[in-house]
Amino acid sequence: MNDAGNIKRMVKLSVSDLVIGYLDKQTGHTMVAVDKVNLDVREGEFVTIVGLSGCGKSTFLNAIAGLVKHQYGEIRVNDRIVNGPGSDRAMVFQKASLLPWRKVGRNITYGLELGGMKPTEAKEKASYYVNLIRLNGFENHYPYQLSGGMQQRVNLARALACDPEVLLLDEPFAALDAITRELMQNELLELCEKVGKTVLMVTHQIDEAVLLSDRVIIFAARPAYVLADITIPISRPRKSCIKDSEEFRGLMSQIWAIIEGNANIGGGI
Amino acid sequence: MRKVTVFQKSNKAKKEQIFNLLLGSSVIILFLASWEFLFQFKVVNPLFISAPSRVVLAEITMIKDGSLLSNLSVSAKEFLLGYGAAIIIGFPFGIMLGWFKLIRGSFGPFIAALQATPRIALMPLFIIWFGLGITSKIVVVLMSAIFPLIVNLRVAMTTIDSDLIHVARAYGASRWQIFRSIAFPTSLPFLMTGLRLAAGRGLLGVIVAEVFGGAEGIGYMIQYAGSTFQTDKVFASVLVVAVTGITLDFTLDRLGRYFDRWRGEVAVH
Repeated sequence: MNDAGNIKRMVKLSVSDLVIGYLDKQTGHTMVAVDKVNLDVREGEFVTIVGLSGCGKSTFLNAIAGLVKHQYGEIRVNDRIVNGPGSDRAMVFQKASLLPWRKVGRNITYGLELGGMKPTEAKEKASYYVNLIRLNGFENHYPYQLSGGMQQRVNLARALACDPEVLLLDEPFAALDAITRELMQNELLELCEKVGKTVLMVTHQIDEAVLLSDRVIIFAARPAYVLADITIPISRPRKSCIKDSEEFRGLMSQIWAIIEGNANIGGGI
Repeated sequence: MRKVTVFQKSNKAKKEQIFNLLLGSSVIILFLASWEFLFQFKVVNPLFISAPSRVVLAEITMIKDGSLLSNLSVSAKEFLLGYGAAIIIGFPFGIMLGWFKLIRGSFGPFIAALQATPRIALMPLFIIWFGLGITSKIVVVLMSAIFPLIVNLRVAMTTIDSDLIHVARAYGASRWQIFRSIAFPTSLPFLMTGLRLAAGRGLLGVIVAEVFGGAEGIGYMIQYAGSTFQTDKVFASVLVVAVTGITLDFTLDRLGRYFDRWRGEVAVH
């Protein structure tokens, strides 16, 4: 992954000319939420979308997950056209949304069960992921017995257990407190380097985006289109201490300047 | 140190519990004592009010001559058959009413109208249709117990966490899978509350129906003893009903807590 720029890996996720419209119930007009977005994510790449809140980046992610219909354009995963939810993608939502009546183990296997895996087989897989997210000893706890960070880790494990081609993260740490968020970022960093997944994330946190990603995509606000596509050249494996480096701060202010410029033009805050 | 605090707290709670128990039972004892006093010193005509001691004696007589057991078993049979039928019909119907818009739209008003009708007022009709035997009583129990079940399960379907459905859809769940893995578990605590309410209504239904017409059952015993001025037998029979009701409610409450064990905030009372 270190030299993602040099080695041309296979394109896992390919979005071309994607347009998503929605009906504004107040005015009765059709509004454009996402306007002709093109995006390629290669195997093992971690790509993050940042932008102003309400700019349509979550809608974009939901469309890739197959939860929102698009009007024009194409989404392909492994060169297969996406037309709805499927086991080749797994989404991690902002809220952990674990099934409260299921213990940790069976929450992790939920996606697998929906995919038709036998419970005994799924159970074996669960123990591997419990290990991976370091929740050993918590398999038989109910979600209410876990902290917010632990719940979110289970949420992540539920998605990873499905072994998706592309992992979609929708502001996965936004609902957590600042300290837990930092810790979770580090964990995700480690986890991604361990499992080498192709990831597409949406976030508000610029530092989070720079820390985790190989590329940061900046979305313009309403309608969303790609303003900038910035490669993060910081070598891997990374540690969270790179946040103090000159390079890191430079990238952050570069991204911030683009977002701010767009906000001023659009008056979109 | 933290453990010590918790321990002390629970100790204090225990003391309060014992105190409340003493306070509560002393009121009951005082009531029974004054009742006995009014009887023994003939303050009120003894024929009208009987006395705790007489009630106990009547209870023993009724047990010895077998009349209690035979009547109780008739009432129990009526209750269980009606209650069982109410569950078998009410549980799926309530769920369907909440789950399918079409069924809610078509049957909702009809159910509301039926629910507003006092079922016991229909007793003369039930007697005409089903005779004076146990069938008419079973129907009354069924009609009394079914509505709390239908209403509770319908409400259950409207409280389903939409975030969970969102997650399930993202993992490609079918409507049936969503129903099985989310709607059904959501409904269980509501089913338990419904069962408790239904038990109370059903018990009331069976007694009133027997008082209304018939030749056996606890309600008949009450009616017969009352019309022949055997107040002690009236009280003794009512006591049996009360004890049955409390036992039933306690059992269902315990069962309900078992189904609620995944919900952390449900503490003792």
